[in-house]
Order: sequence, then structure tokens, then C-alpha cells
Amino acid sequence: MTDSGPQPGTSPAQTSKQEGPWAEAEGRLSRALRDLSQTSWLVTVLSVVVALVVGAVLILGANEEVQGSLSYFFAQPTDFLETSFQVLREAYSSLFRGAVFDWQASSVERAIRPLTETMVYSVPLILAGLGIAIGFRSGMLNIGGQGQIILGATSAGFLGYALSLPAGLHVLLALAGGIIGGAIWGGIAGVLKARTGANEVIVTIMLNNIAIYLLAWLLKQDWFKQTGSNQPLSSSVDESAQLFSLLGSGFRIHAGFLIAILATVFVWWLLERSTIGFEFRAIGENPEAARTAGINVTKATALVLIVAGGLAGLGGAAHVLGTEYRIAGGIAGSLGFDAITVALLGRSKPLGTFLAGLLLGGLRAGGVLMQAQTGTPIDIVLVLQAVIVLMIAAPPLVRTIFFLPRADGRPRLKKKHRRRPQAAGTDESASRESTLATADSGSAPTTTQEADK
Amino acid sequence: MKLELRGVTKRFGSFTANDRISLTVEPGEIHALLGENGAGKSTLMNTIYGLYAPDEGEIRLDDEPVSFNGPGDAVAAGIGMVHQHFMLIPVFTVTESVALGYEPTRAAGIMDMKQAREKVLEISGRFGFDVDPDARIEDLPVGAQQRVEIIKALSRDAKVLILDEPTAVLTPQETDELITIMGQLRDSGTSIVFITHKLREVRAVADRITVIRRGAVVGETTPESTETELAGLMVGREVNLTTAKEPGVPGDVSFSVQGLTVLSPMDKVVVDNVDLEVRRGEILVIAGVDGNGQSELAQAILGIREPVAGRILLDDQDLAPLSVKQRLAAGLGFVPEDRSTDGVIGAFTVTENYGLDMYDTAPYAGGPGNVALRLPVMRKAAQTQAERFDVRMGSVDDPISTLSGGNQQKVVLAREMSRDLRLFVASQPTRGLDVGSIEFVHRTVIEERDKGTPCVIVSTELDEALNLADRIAVMYRGRIVGIVPVTTSRDVLGLMMAGVPLDEAKQQAATHHTMLSEADETAEAEENK
Repeated sequence: MTDSGPQPGTSPAQTSKQEGPWAEAEGRLSRALRDLSQTSWLVTVLSVVVALVVGAVLILGANEEVQGSLSYFFAQPTDFLETSFQVLREAYSSLFRGAVFDWQASSVERAIRPLTETMVYSVPLILAGLGIAIGFRSGMLNIGGQGQIILGATSAGFLGYALSLPAGLHVLLALAGGIIGGAIWGGIAGVLKARTGANEVIVTIMLNNIAIYLLAWLLKQDWFKQTGSNQPLSSSVDESAQLFSLLGSGFRIHAGFLIAILATVFVWWLLERSTIGFEFRAIGENPEAARTAGINVTKATALVLIVAGGLAGLGGAAHVLGTEYRIAGGIAGSLGFDAITVALLGRSKPLGTFLAGLLLGGLRAGGVLMQAQTGTPIDIVLVLQAVIVLMIAAPPLVRTIFFLPRADGRPRLKKKHRRRPQAAGTDESASRESTLATADSGSAPTTTQEADK
Repeated sequence: MKLELRGVTKRFGSFTANDRISLTVEPGEIHALLGENGAGKSTLMNTIYGLYAPDEGEIRLDDEPVSFNGPGDAVAAGIGMVHQHFMLIPVFTVTESVALGYEPTRAAGIMDMKQAREKVLEISGRFGFDVDPDARIEDLPVGAQQRVEIIKALSRDAKVLILDEPTAVLTPQETDELITIMGQLRDSGTSIVFITHKLREVRAVADRITVIRRGAVVGETTPESTETELAGLMVGREVNLTTAKEPGVPGDVSFSVQGLTVLSPMDKVVVDNVDLEVRRGEILVIAGVDGNGQSELAQAILGIREPVAGRILLDDQDLAPLSVKQRLAAGLGFVPEDRSTDGVIGAFTVTENYGLDMYDTAPYAGGPGNVALRLPVMRKAAQTQAERFDVRMGSVDDPISTLSGGNQQKVVLAREMSRDLRLFVASQPTRGLDVGSIEFVHRTVIEERDKGTPCVIVSTELDEALNLADRIAVMYRGRIVGIVPVTTSRDVLGLMMAGVPLDEAKQQAATHHTMLSEADETAEAEENK
């Protein structure tokens, strides 16, 4: 064995690269996180399938007709099956009609309207999701999407009604304000982590709460609301600061969707084709090697969360300037947390995040129609999201459900397989690594080539 | 107890780590398992120890087939293992460490530390181990920690003791003590499996030698075989164990370290007032047992560790105000000690790893502020250098983790040597590599020296130090014990590695030869024949 991590008692001067159990726990967290954000496409798709099945069971359970037919199941089981089929078909078809294309609509405009609604819902999800994804790729678990969105929305909205400027300039300034607001909020966590080693998970969660109460306080201040009423609701964004509509007054779809597309391309370029992204990915994959190679890890760490916060802030800005127009206490809804789902589902890749944002936006848009038409509670959509995350977080579970081979090519359910003690309790990829290491660095195949020369 | 393996095969996916291995260890025999890094020795031992289940074949103890569901079963059956990296808890006492896992208890489950302590004393007395049962593990030298591991195995009535690369962390003198202990154990009837890739040790201690290569047994032999024969078996072709090199032509002193002191994060002095001078075209090897401050010294030179005192001068320029990036740009080539954590980013491609410390400079970056990465340019450079350094790989677009350790190290060398260097520093550049790669790395370092670059190589392997160095600085507990010419004997170097000053070491060595240096002399005599 030739692995050479710091060992107990190679005294007198121990290698002190990792300092104590805390660093080890962090290493484990970041490894688990990386696995989480890089599961295979197949697992992602199958997770959605499992979620739909679980959703189906819940829809049936909540339906009174089905419950009725179940009471005489043994007398006439076909009744139960038929009813169930009917209920499911209606529920999921209305979900689809609400999210993509409504073939029962009276006009073409109404038929394509659901798709545009999906896009509307997806704009903040995509933008904030991109911010979370950048964090994942750089080894940081940014839970602060919520706070960053709130700050972005608040800044953008305030600039949107407090200033009066010409149309183009005003909207650009408001968007920039949103980016800066989010970037500052992410940057606080980033600088704290970079300078003091504060755990970004804890700091961002706390910043979420601070953001919520900051906004609640602002909404009590007259200089901020500019409405003159006691309602905790701000004035409406000037028309000059609103994101222009893409398809006219019948639709809510706005220029924010174009921004989301541009941001997706930008994030792809940043991560894959820029030196900054190279640093981000390097510190995400292996901060020690990055530091040894001369990368300024402190600076890059802070910058990651600044950029991530900026994107989430942009998402909040687009949400206010394109959809909501007014700032209320619940402006961010659960967007910040859904954005984490989006990034996970999109495997932290820009295109994947974009598509995942559309999917979640679609579930949201479709859920509304599903509830209206079939009485199925919209909460089912939340269950779907939760099950998707659960499945992505546990790839072996998905593989077991679908009888897929293990990721490392070893046969499934081999009871006798033992992990080496060092690898125990870590995630799957660690055990894969340790397997390679145990096979004496796994170098034998290449040694073969070398010996044959 | 007799341990017998019959056709043991272990596969990982499509990779066969052990291919139908059969061997027999007789009771009271020291059986050496010799093979290169990556030959499958450790996999085999983990299979015997119950950490892996064999895919085919069987393990027999005293002619009874056994099957283990984990190390617990193996221990119960009388197999003990001392891992290369000790499985000890630093804050435990010796007694606690030995008791861990099978704590003797009195009524109501209260631990009977007295009984455990007596057991430690009994075993340690039986073999003359000289281990204080109340000492804390972290206060013990590495050799004593190893004895604690052996006591631990013996306290569980191990009849077969597996020692995985036990000498890797020991000085030659400590190795000598270990060899004596192994002899005593053998005489008391314990069978010992001794895993190593060091030829000298094998010849000094083993009763029988099994050589494995690429997962399969390629020969069984006796210690009477010459080193060249063993090396040939192990590697599969004729090898030069020493790299031919002309003596260096040292020029002016161009790199120096003056009074350097570095603290650990716990404020312990790990590098203690170190002075070094390296000339152009000279290789200075810093020898010493692992963990005596060499790594920290190298890290301080690179700049990822801040010294509390002293200066580092390269061509009269103080490096202190320079960041790591600036030092690299100033012509420092650095090969870190731990390839997988510090040298490469496993998930990155070969290209990206090649560009890891040049990615933001022309020609690999362009645009305003060098913000745009020019991957095609980097890819082409990586391709060219990979060919020059003979990196065996699928493509430069593969993740570097798919390459063997030796080839990963070649990528690191290619990266560090593709710049114009004014100083080359490498920490343990051949750790974990196979013989072919070691030869290559040594040749490359010597070529760099011959270009006139001052080279500082940290090595814990005495063989490597003697092979590569123009001068050897021995480090112990953060201090330089002495700087000696490469002609110094192994005995003297070994004593210095244990902290004995040069003059005293010379005196002691004159009166006492270690078994290894005797083996060394035998080997030389054979070569000269």
C-alpha cells in the first residue's frame, strides 16, 4: 500500500495538512456533495420516474372515488383499477396540459399559454440554480440561495420604483442592483469562509434568516415602501424598470427568460472556458493541489460565492421586475431551496440546470391546473420534488429499484464484499477509490504496457 | 500454523488484482512476499485478512479450508496483521491500544485494565520488546509503535503474522531490531508473512521468497538468489538498480536556506533553524525518516507554509514576499510529496493537470486580463510533453485518475519541467512507483541537474538518496543532523537518521554493522564478481 495520508503517529513532526477531525468531516461532506451533484443522467431520469410513481400512489390515496371503489375491492376489483386509471390519467394529463400544451383549450393562444407559464416560473429557478451549481462545482454547498434572492429582489425592486430613469437604463440599473445585492449577500459568506474558514453551509443558512427579517423590517419603513399605506407591501415597479413582455399582453412571459438563457451560456463559458472557472473547478475538486499549483484559494473561494450570490440575486431581480412588480415579505417563496433541487437535478451543469429549472417550473405551472381541474392538491408537486432529491441523493437506491449494475462495475448485492476500514462510512466513490488504491494503485494494467515496450 | 493459499483470484471489475495465487507458509517460517508497487501484494493480504472475499480459490489453515467474513473471523482464526500505516489511536496508552477491540471485562462489563496491562507486560517481556504499557502512543517513536501493533496481534494469539511493508517507516537500526524480533517470533513457532519491495531486506530475513508480478506468482526462491535475479523476477526484465550518472559539476551556490524555522499549526517546531546551500548543477538529497520536518521544509520553500524565522534565497533574491504563483513563475519547479492530494486533480483531464500552474499565462490564456482559457493550445502542449515524457495513457482528454501512479507522476514532472527552471524541488518523487517509473524519474532529475539547475530532493528511502544525491543532508526532528558526501556508509546515515551526530555515528558504525549494510556489502561483492 502506498497511500500516504497523514497517519497517526508518524511523529515527531506530523504532516499537518488536515487538521483534526473537523477537516476530515469537511472532506467527507465535500466528497458526498460532489457525488450528489454528479450523479449520472440515467439516475436522474429514473429518479423522476420513481417520483411520478410515488406521486401516483399519493394521488390515488387522496382521491375519494378511488377510496370508494377500494371498499368493495374484493367484490369487483376491476372497478378499483378502472377508477384508479381514470383518476391518474386525469391528474397527470392536467399536469401536462398545465405545464406544456393544453389541447383542450378554446384558442391557440390558450393552448400554448401553459408553456409560457412554465417559462415564467422557471426564470428565477434557473438563475438561482446556476448560482447553486457554481458553488457545487467549486466544492461549496451554498444554501443561501433564499437570502441572495431576497436581497436581489429587494435591491432591484427598490431601484425599480424609487428612481425615475429612461426605460432601457432603468431596467439595466435595477438588474445590476439585484446582482450586486445578491453578490454582497453571497460575498459575506464567501469572505468569511475564505478568511476564517467559517463553514459556508451554516453561514448561508443564517444569512437566509437575516435576509428575511431585514426585508420584514424594510417593509415597515415608509422611505422604503413608498406606498403610504400600512400594508407590508412595497410600491409597484415603474414601467420603465419592468422587464418587457415577450409575447404581448395575453402572456406573462418576459425578457427574464432571455436573461436566463444568456446566463446559462455565460456560466458554461465561465466554468469551462475561462481561467476563473478553471480555478473554481480546481478548488472544488482538490483545494490542496490547487494551492500547491499556486492558485489563490482564498480569493477564489470568496469569488465563487460572490458570483453565485450575484446569479441568485439576478434571479430575484428578474422575478420582481418581470413577474411580481411589488416586494412582499414572501417574495422569494421557496425559490432559494427549489434552486438547490434544480442544481442537483441538473448535475451542476449549466444546460442540465436550465432543463431542470424548466421541469420544476413546469411542475409548478401544471400543479395549478391539476388542482383546479381534478382537485388533486398542488402539494403533490412538492412531494414529487422531494422524492426526486431523495432518489438523486441515494443512487444505489435507484439502482436497486431498477436492477441496474453498480456504478463501479462490480456485481450488485455481493454480501461478502468488505470495504477497507479506512473507507468505511464514506460514500461510494470513496470506496471505489479505495478499491483502486488497494489494488496497489491499480497501476498493474499500465505496468503491463510499460513492461512490454 | 500452516497457511496455504490455493488459486486465490480477486478481481475488481475487469481488473484482476490477484490471479490464481498459490503459496504455502510453513509453521515457524518467515515467508517474504516480494513484488513491485501495484503487483497485488496488499490485495492478497487483505484477502487473507478477511477484508476481501476471494472470487476464486481457497485459503487453508492447517489443511482446513476457511472462509472469513471480515477481519474479526481472521483474527479469531489466528491471523494477525500489522498494516503499513498503523491503526493506532494517538491519545491511547499502549495498554488501551492493545485492549481495543477485545477489552477484557470484569463483572458488569467493567473494563479490566489490570489484566490488559499484565498481558502487555507478559508479551513484551517474552520477546524483550521494552515497551512501557502506560506510555501514550503519540509519545512513542515509530519503531515502538510498530511493536505495539505486533503485541496487539500476539495478544490475540496470532499464529500467522502478516507484516505489510513494515520497514517503510523505520531507520536501518530500527529495521535491525525488527528483524531480530521477527527471528524470535519465528523461533517460537509463529509463521510470518513479510511483504516488501525491498530486495535487501528480503535477503536478510526471509526463509523463503515468493515473487509476484502483475497479480500472479512468477517464482518462488530462496534468499540465496542474487539481487539482480530477484529484481529481474520482480520486474520481468533486466533492470539497473542504480541509475548511471556522472558526478555533478557544481557551480556557484544559487539557492540557500538560512536559519529557517517553521511551526506546525499546533505551534510545535517542525523545521528547526535549518541552513542549506545548493549549488548550480547539484542534487542535494534531504534524507530522513518520514515525518521529521522534510515535508514542511519543502512546503516552506514553495510558500504554502509560512516560516516564523529565517530566509529562503534564490540567486540572492529573498522569496519571502512572493506568493506561490510568483515563486513558480520565478522558476521554481515543485513536485509535491503526495501526488494524489497535492500533485494532481484526479477528476481533471491530463491536459488540465498539465496546465494546472500555467493556465492563466500566455499562451494558455488570452483575452483581457488573460481571462479566456485556450484549451486547444494547452491540449497540444500537453500532447507534446506527454510524448516527450513517455506518458502511457488513452488520450490527454482522459481524467488523470485513469492513469497509473507512475504515469501521473510523469505528467507532474512534465508540467514542472516545461518551464525554465532556476530551482527544482521534489518531495518523495518516486513514492509508490514501479521500478520502470522510478528509473525514469531519476533520469529526468539528473538531466535537469545537468542543465545546471540546483535540485533539492526529499527522500525517505536511503537507496534513493544514495542513488541520486551529490550530497546528502540528514534531517531529524526538524534539524539538519549533518550534511555528508554520497560516499557515506549506510550505517552512518542510518544512525544519523536516528539523530546521532556525524562523528558519533561514525564511531558507532565502526563497531557495529547492521544486517542491511552487511547485505549491502554482499550485494556489492556479487556485482563485482
